Amino acid sequence: MLIKLEKVTKDYINEQVVTPALGGVSFEIKQGEFAAVIGSSGSGKSTLMHIIGFLDKPTQGQYFFDGEDTSQFDDEKLAGIRNQKVGFIFQTYNLLARTSVLDNILLPTIYTPHLDKKEVEKRAQELLDKVGLSHRINHRPNQLSGGEQQRVAIARALINKPRLILADEPTGNLDSKSGQEVMEVLQDLNEENHTILMVTHEKYVAECARRIIELKDGQVISDQRVEIRHLAKDGLEK
Amino acid sequence: MYFLNTFKYVFQSLALQKSRSFLTMLGIIIGVAAVISIMAVGASAQNLLLAQVSAMGTNLIGILPGAADDMGPPAALFGIEITTLKYEDALALEELPHVAAVSPYISGRGTMTYFNKIDDFDYLGVGAQYIDVEDTAVDSGRFFKQDEIDSLARVVVLGSAVKQELFGEDNPIDKRIKINQIGFKVIGVMEQRGVVAFQNQDELVFIPVRTAQKLLLGIDHLAFIRAKVDQTANLDSAMNRVKETLRFRHHIKDSSKDDFSVRNTAQALDILRSITQALGAFLVAVAAISLLVGGIGIMNIMFVVVNERTREIGLRKALGAKRRSIMIQFLIESAIMTLIGGAIGIILGILIALAISIGVNYFGYDWQFIITPTSIIVSTLMAISVGLIFGLWPANRASKLRPIEALRHE
Repeated sequence: MLIKLEKVTKDYINEQVVTPALGGVSFEIKQGEFAAVIGSSGSGKSTLMHIIGFLDKPTQGQYFFDGEDTSQFDDEKLAGIRNQKVGFIFQTYNLLARTSVLDNILLPTIYTPHLDKKEVEKRAQELLDKVGLSHRINHRPNQLSGGEQQRVAIARALINKPRLILADEPTGNLDSKSGQEVMEVLQDLNEENHTILMVTHEKYVAECARRIIELKDGQVISDQRVEIRHLAKDGLEK
Repeated sequence: MYFLNTFKYVFQSLALQKSRSFLTMLGIIIGVAAVISIMAVGASAQNLLLAQVSAMGTNLIGILPGAADDMGPPAALFGIEITTLKYEDALALEELPHVAAVSPYISGRGTMTYFNKIDDFDYLGVGAQYIDVEDTAVDSGRFFKQDEIDSLARVVVLGSAVKQELFGEDNPIDKRIKINQIGFKVIGVMEQRGVVAFQNQDELVFIPVRTAQKLLLGIDHLAFIRAKVDQTANLDSAMNRVKETLRFRHHIKDSSKDDFSVRNTAQALDILRSITQALGAFLVAVAAISLLVGGIGIMNIMFVVVNERTREIGLRKALGAKRRSIMIQFLIESAIMTLIGGAIGIILGILIALAISIGVNYFGYDWQFIITPTSIIVSTLMAISVGLIFGLWPANRASKLRPIEALRHE
């Protein structure tokens, strides 16, 4: 089991007003799964994503990652996990604007100890190849389209061979064609046995995954396999 | 790899905001340039002062009228005219053991006339042993003798510049010139000596001290007396003998009632050295304040930078940057900014010091261009530590940002 959540809750405390965001969420994700978390805004899906991505800690409950209880991990250890075990894909890409595509992909590696510089550069090129952007290696992000930027972000997420890919509304800022390309890449990665957890609020994007977990008001209200998986290369239908 | 990347990134972001980076650095540039040039000017000025004083010789005793603390300034410096020192005092000192030469001094300003050439010059009334006391010599002709002093002879020895002014290439010896309408015979020309003790010796004329007192000034006191001691080792005993002699001559029983003061050049050098050092330290401290202000400018801009890059910090943390890495990134940024500012400041400071030395040399002083390695090391270290210290607070704030909130920052 790669991820195991047990009655995870999260309360936000702001000026002594407690706002519950997650109210006891439990589920498991196996190695190689492609799960989508859906729900309207305010359902807690972003909070869940931050907890799973080690950007935030649960108020109560337990989170096991790769069999380890993560509640006792300190900041240093969490930074290391974010760096080497998790690959993030954001809705707004979050690329460094004045840094080349190659250096953007290599960004996580500057925080990784004991890396062979030549080897990671070779790997970055292979990943660029995989997302179809080899010809853009020395471009700046602002010279790329939204879809291209998101594919650079995917390559960046993969540079340290993470155990888990976390995608937060990866198609949220994209037109349907670019969104389709991004989903194709994610489906390909899943075919290669990468574990992907994706947050989206759009049903047709979620149907590209193999499993859909639906949240409402901080609770899981449904968790089921996708019977007819939607293949992104056939086009995304709204 | 981490440092290399950080340096590359920092240079990129500094280059992107050239004018802002430059304005930020300006405080450091001015501060470092000020420290460098002030330290250079201080060292050169001290050198010049000490050279000027040592050029008179280190085994000289100066006797000034009026009492003064050993380390304090003589009363004459404040423009007070004290008439206690007489020509006979100088004569009496000649008899003392270890005293090699003695000369009384009195000075004034007069109009010199030679045919149709008229000009104002400073004259010095001195004794016959003047050239021994000051370790100088005549270039042509001769210096006046004791009997010419006793007889109030109207003879004059010209400084080399005065000779040029009045006579050009002609031989002035035995020619007659007028000083304040009184006729004098030129008997010699001094060798060229340049500036000693802040007076251009070549622009002076020398006349027998008694002649100056009686005919030109109408007084019977002296400005000061200088005595040369045969060996530096005998300075102290000679000084004591001088004091005893003068007390005896002035009927003073208690040394606290002295109406004269006796010093030697070594003392003067010590005083000058401590004065110039204190002055130098004070000026450097003032210059360092501008470094401090520059540091606050750096801190200010680093807060702006941290705020601007909040999202970037959030991203870096999400991708695995530890607090330390973020902290180092911003510290490197402020340190590089101050280091570049420091480098520009050092160059600017050296240029300023060079310009000053060229300017002062133009006025005839032997002003050396001195840049000490200490000043460069000190100002570089100051610049870097200003960058690190004032970068610390913004860098710390950056490193403490929570990744999710930073990522959401607009």
